[in-house]
Amino acid sequence: MQFIKTRFNYLFNSTKGLILVAIAMVGIVTAVWGMLSGPMAEMGVREIVIKAFGMKIVQAEREGRIVILYHSIAMAIIAIETYMVTGLIKMKAFYKTAINATITFGYIQTMVFGMGFAYFGRNWAFHGLYITGLSLIFFAGLMLIVALWPWDKEYFITDKEYAHTKSGLDLERTAFFATAVTTVISSLFGAVPGSYYGHGFETFLAENIIRIPEKTVMEFSVIGHLHIMLALIGIMITLIIGRWLNFKGILHKFAMPLMILGTIVLNLGVWGVVTPLEPVAHMVIYVGATPSMFAALLLLIWDWNKLIKDGTANIQKPTFGQKIGALLRDPLKFGPTWQMLFMNFTTSGIGIFMAIKLDEIFRVWPAREERIELTGHWHVLSAIIATIILLYFGDMNGFKGKLRQWYGWSIIIFSDIAFGAVTVFEMKRLFVTEAAQQPLVNGLMYAIDFGLGMLLVILAAMMIYRLIDLFKNKGRWIEELDHELAQEVDK
Amino acid sequence: MKRILTTPSLRGRRPETISNTGARLLRCSLRSLLAMTVIFLASCSPADLNAPIPAFDTGIDPNIWTQVPAGEFHHGQFDEIASTEAYEIMVTDVTAAQYADFLNAALADGSVKMDGEKIVGFYPGDKFHGLKHEEKIEAGDWLFIPLDDPSQRIKFDGSTFSVQSGYENHPMTHVTWFGAWGYCRYFETRLPTELEWEKAARGTDERPFPWGDDIQRGNANFYSSRDPFEDMSTFGSRTSPVGFYNGQTYDGFQTVDSASPYGLYDMAGNVWQWTGDVYEGMHYRFMRGGSKDTYDMDLRIWVRNNATPTYFSPGVGFRCVRDE
Repeated sequence: MQFIKTRFNYLFNSTKGLILVAIAMVGIVTAVWGMLSGPMAEMGVREIVIKAFGMKIVQAEREGRIVILYHSIAMAIIAIETYMVTGLIKMKAFYKTAINATITFGYIQTMVFGMGFAYFGRNWAFHGLYITGLSLIFFAGLMLIVALWPWDKEYFITDKEYAHTKSGLDLERTAFFATAVTTVISSLFGAVPGSYYGHGFETFLAENIIRIPEKTVMEFSVIGHLHIMLALIGIMITLIIGRWLNFKGILHKFAMPLMILGTIVLNLGVWGVVTPLEPVAHMVIYVGATPSMFAALLLLIWDWNKLIKDGTANIQKPTFGQKIGALLRDPLKFGPTWQMLFMNFTTSGIGIFMAIKLDEIFRVWPAREERIELTGHWHVLSAIIATIILLYFGDMNGFKGKLRQWYGWSIIIFSDIAFGAVTVFEMKRLFVTEAAQQPLVNGLMYAIDFGLGMLLVILAAMMIYRLIDLFKNKGRWIEELDHELAQEVDK
Repeated sequence: MKRILTTPSLRGRRPETISNTGARLLRCSLRSLLAMTVIFLASCSPADLNAPIPAFDTGIDPNIWTQVPAGEFHHGQFDEIASTEAYEIMVTDVTAAQYADFLNAALADGSVKMDGEKIVGFYPGDKFHGLKHEEKIEAGDWLFIPLDDPSQRIKFDGSTFSVQSGYENHPMTHVTWFGAWGYCRYFETRLPTELEWEKAARGTDERPFPWGDDIQRGNANFYSSRDPFEDMSTFGSRTSPVGFYNGQTYDGFQTVDSASPYGLYDMAGNVWQWTGDVYEGMHYRFMRGGSKDTYDMDLRIWVRNNATPTYFSPGVGFRCVRDE
C-alpha cells in the first residue's frame, strides 16, 4: 500500500509528476485516436481499433466527436502549461495546490468522460461530467488569475535585469497574468455557443464553412475561440520557455511590454469578430499578432546569443564553426526557440502567403483543397507547441550526455521533417496537378509518417523509461518529488 | 536541496571539441535530410496518366432517368425537414461518351465553339452583389472543357470529338460548372439544386450514405478503396464506370449494390457532382457526393464542396434533372 501511496503522491502531488501524467494521457489519446484517420484508416487499422475498443462510430456525429477529441487533448496541454506556470512563478502555496488539484481533476474528467461520450455511445451522464470537467478548468483559470495578480507588492521586483515599471511592477508576471486573463475570457467564446447546442446552434468544423459569406454570431464566436485559444497556448509556452531559460537583459525589457500589448490587442481583435466591428477585426488581429511575434523573436535572439556566449566563454576569438557548435551543443536549450523559428516557415509564413494570395490562388482551388491547408496549418502549429513541451520535459528529466543529444535532436529533426513535408503537402497544388499528384503525395506521406511515427516512438520510449523508474525504490521520481521547476531555471 | 544540472557546461572543454560537436550534428542532420530526399525523389517518378485501364460493362444504362416524388425529406447533417417538387434525375453521372456526343452536336449547330485548346459556350451571367471575395460572372463565353489537359479523356481530331478508349462509360470529368450547365441546358434539362441532389441520394430517411448507415470498400470509389482502377503507388485513384457498384463481381472484385433509395448510382464517391444553385453574394458553385480522391467522410450525403465555376478536375462530374 505504501508503494502505491508514495507513487501516487509523486504523480499527483509534484509538478513533474503531474506533467508526466498529463503527457502520458495525451500520448495515449494520440496513439489510439491517431489510428482512426489518415494512412491508418487506409491500411484498415481504423476498423480493427474500432472493433477492439468497442467504439460506436455514428457518421453524423463525426464533427462532434472531433470537437470533443480536440478539447480533450487541448485541456491536457493547458493543464501542463498551468503546472509549468505554478512551478515557475512565485505564488502562495495554497493557490498552487488549489490550482493544480482543480485543473488535474478537470482535464482528466474532461478527457475520460468526453471521450467516453464521443466514442463509446452517447451516455449523457458522461456528457455532463465532461462539461463539469471543462468548468473545473475554467475555475482553475480564475484561481490562476488571482494567484498571478501582479500588483501585489510582494511580487514587485527591483532587479534591473528584468522588465519592470518604476514602481516595481514585474512585467513578465504581468505578461503571464494578461495571458491567463485573456485565456479565461476567450474560453467563454466557445462556452456560450456550446450552451446553445441543439437550440439554434449545431456542431461544425470551422474549416468547412470558410467560404460561406454570411456567418452567424455563434459561428464567428467559435471561429474566434479556436483561433485565439491556440494562439494563447502558443504565447503561454513562449513565456514559460523564457522563464525557464531565465530570459533577461535589455531584450527582456523590450519583449515583455510587447508581449502584454500583443496579447491584449490580439484578443480584442478576436473578440471583435462577434461584434459589429467584425470588418476591421482582422486588421486589429494582425496589429496584435505583430508585437507578440516580435517579442518571441527577441527571446530567440537572446537565447541563441546566450548559448553562443556560454559555449565559447573560454575561447578568446571563436570561429564561426565554434559559434555554431556552441549554439547546437545543447538541443534542449536550442530546440524550443528553433521550433518557434521553424514555425514561421510552416505556419506563420504560409498563413501570410495565403492571406496575400487568397483570391488569386487559394480560392481558385476547391474548398476541400483550402481545408487541407487550414487543417495542416493548425495541426503543425499544435504539434510544434507539443515538441517544445517535450524538449522542456527532456530537461526536466535530467537527460545528460548522449541521451540528451539523441533525445533533443531526434525530436527536432523528426518533427521538422514531418512538419516540412506537411507544409509541402498543403501547398502541392502550386506545383502539381491533381491527376499527377500521387507520386508526390506518396513521397510526402512517407516523410510525414516517418517523422510523426518516430516522434511517437520517442515519446513511448520515454514513457516506458518513466514507468520502469516508478518501480524503483530510489528512482528518479524520488528526486523529483520535492523538486520545483523554479529551482532549475538557468542562472 | 540539490540542484539538478540540466546543461552540460562547456567551460574547460577544448575548442576543437565544441567545433567537432557542431560539425557532427550538422553531418547527422545532412545525412538525415539526404536520406529523406533520396526516398522522396525515388517516390516522385512521374505518374503515367494514360496507364491501361480495365474495361467493364456494368450493365447500367446511363440514359435512364428516374422519378423523385414531391414531398418532404431529411436534409443535412442534423436532419432538418425540407421539401422539393417532383422531378426526374439521371440514374448515373453523365458519361464521357454522352458528353462527346453533345460536343459533336453542339459544335455543329454553333452552341459551343473552339477557343484555341478550349471549348467555350455562352452563359448569361449572374447578378453581382459586391460582397467580400465575390467575383463577377458576366454574360459571355465561358470555359466548358479544356482539351490540352493531359488527363482529359475527350479527344478532338479537328472535326469530331471522341473518348479515349476505356473511358467511354466513365463519368465525364474535366468539365467546368459552365460545361455541366451547358450540357444540361442543351437537352432542355438543368443541374439539380443541392436539395434535389440530396433527396435523390438519401430518400426520406436519415441515412448518411445513399445505401445505408455504414461504408465498406465495396460500396463506392473513394481514396484508397482498393478498386480495380486505382494504384496508390503510381497514378493513384481513377474513376470507375458509372453504376459500377451494383453488386456485381468484376475480375474477383466484389461490389455491394449501392444504389440510392430511388435507384441512383454513384451518389457517393467516384466524382463530385456539380449542383445548379447560384447563391447571392457568392460566385462559388457547390458540389456533392465526394470523389475517388476523398476519404469516406466526404462521401456522407450532407458534405459540401465548392469551387469557382471555371474549375475542372479529374474528380468532378455531374448529372442532370428535369421537371416533371
